[in-house]
Amino acid sequence: MATRTKPTRGQQLQEAINYPLDWVEERSGLVGGIKYFLFRKVPGDVNWFQTLGSATFTAFLVQALTGVILAMYYKPDPKDAYSSIQHITNDIFAGWLVRGMHRWGASVFIILMFMHMGRVFLFGAYKFPRELNWIIGVLLLAMGLGEGFTGYLLPWDQTSYWATVVGININGTAPFLGPFLAQFLQGGTYINADTLSRFYAIHMLMIPGAIAALIGLHMYLVIRLGVTSPPWSKEAAGTGPLEQPSQNGTARSGLTRPGTRKDGR
Amino acid sequence: MQPTHNDEHPHVPGPSIWPAGFAVGVVVLLVGLIVSWYVVGLGALIALAFGFLWVRDLTTGSSLTEAPAVAPEGGRSESATGAAIPADRGEAAAVPGDRYPRSKFLELSTLGLGGVIGGLVSAPAIGFMVAPAFLKQGVKDHDIGPITDYPEGKFVVATYMSDANQGEVSRRTAFVRNNGQLNGQPSFTIISNHCAHLGCPVQPNGPLDTPNGKQYHDVSLIPTISIAGFGCPCHGGQYDTEGNRTSGPPVRALDRYSFSIRNGNLFVGKPYSVSHVDGAGSGAKIHKWTLAFPGEHVNGIESWLYPIQPPH
Repeated sequence: MATRTKPTRGQQLQEAINYPLDWVEERSGLVGGIKYFLFRKVPGDVNWFQTLGSATFTAFLVQALTGVILAMYYKPDPKDAYSSIQHITNDIFAGWLVRGMHRWGASVFIILMFMHMGRVFLFGAYKFPRELNWIIGVLLLAMGLGEGFTGYLLPWDQTSYWATVVGININGTAPFLGPFLAQFLQGGTYINADTLSRFYAIHMLMIPGAIAALIGLHMYLVIRLGVTSPPWSKEAAGTGPLEQPSQNGTARSGLTRPGTRKDGR
Repeated sequence: MQPTHNDEHPHVPGPSIWPAGFAVGVVVLLVGLIVSWYVVGLGALIALAFGFLWVRDLTTGSSLTEAPAVAPEGGRSESATGAAIPADRGEAAAVPGDRYPRSKFLELSTLGLGGVIGGLVSAPAIGFMVAPAFLKQGVKDHDIGPITDYPEGKFVVATYMSDANQGEVSRRTAFVRNNGQLNGQPSFTIISNHCAHLGCPVQPNGPLDTPNGKQYHDVSLIPTISIAGFGCPCHGGQYDTEGNRTSGPPVRALDRYSFSIRNGNLFVGKPYSVSHVDGAGSGAKIHKWTLAFPGEHVNGIESWLYPIQPPH
């Protein structure tokens, strides 16, 4: 490198980017937190199957985003629900696309959850110390299926209505508390005017909130415990020294610049 | 100096009768849920009283029984008590004269107050969410027209809105058959169209006489020409003309409605479940049960799975 002269354009640019990041970092530690989250050590021989979890998370984000937008046009009322769905699909700009993303994305979400679960099972990634994360994942699976069940009613057409009748009555056949669960779900002895808005509230507020919280817990445990090595790996998971944020330089500079890896890569 | 906890001799509360009384109270309370509200109150009282005594026993027991007798009066400094109490005494940290430190009090009161506030806020909200599904569920009698509209021996498909305010979502369909006279009183068979498998709408197995359909206020009446029974389009459950299951997945016969006749008009009343029907027509013996959700056995050993039905 050259001796210290007038900073080049590149250096100026880097400084312009780093200054606000350093400002945020110094006051919140957020940049370091994000770096800690993203630049983790993973076993060298991970493969594409280990992206299924992130893929599921992405599918959830798509569902959340499209769902929020659909909620701007959907009317959860027995008299208006079906016509508002028709309005979204046929009249509103790109409504068909957003509704289609939500409708097909729901299946993608469920399928990816099962694939992710299969990967974790086949890789033995549910074993000590990750049992709790498996349990949280099972809760997430149940919540996801609950989303599918409650969301299916919302178009309020013949298919969704009778599928929901059947689904509620299947819940009703659970021993002991089944009848109470069924009656709670439909908000009365029969499906009535409140059932649709009840399902809507469960679908867009109750379960997504729980899913978001559980995903946070799920990822916290992934970061805390590290990524599992594949079964054929020679490397044990999480054995490498944890990379510390770079400490060279003063507090004002170098906080956000990635340090060199310990093994020189 | 830090408090020394002796893990080899953990503090175990002595045997006590209070938990047993608490358990009895809970059992009485649960039994009361089935028997009577007074019994619920009694059970709650017993559980509360014994629970209070139990908690008091747990919280006070340690300091009463294990307070070191040799500790100097008002010895607040750790060094003074540290010398007097052997290190293997698990309760050494509880300095006499400082039985209930301020930090402990603040910690517990914060938790307690937070719990009380949280309970006060969430109890009505949860009640608001759950209770309406179970309260005021009674079915109102619905007028489905003069009995002369129901020809003897034929099923008529009667469709009506059970609650005009709710609109289409309250649409009900019943299969009504005039059985003629029984002991000088008119007899009707009113079968619900909710399949006893999972609640899909069963259909008459046979042609409808749609051109001769009638309309009485909000009720549409379509006679059948001759039907062999009822069938469900969803999963293929089949029933005979009395609603008895003949094949497929249903676990019992079709539900029926009670009826009443006022001023020559037929009124559909409360629905009830039927395990099976012996005989046919006005002389049939109907084995009645309280209304159950589709898919639930109402008799036999399987019905033990559903001991309590929510109020319908």
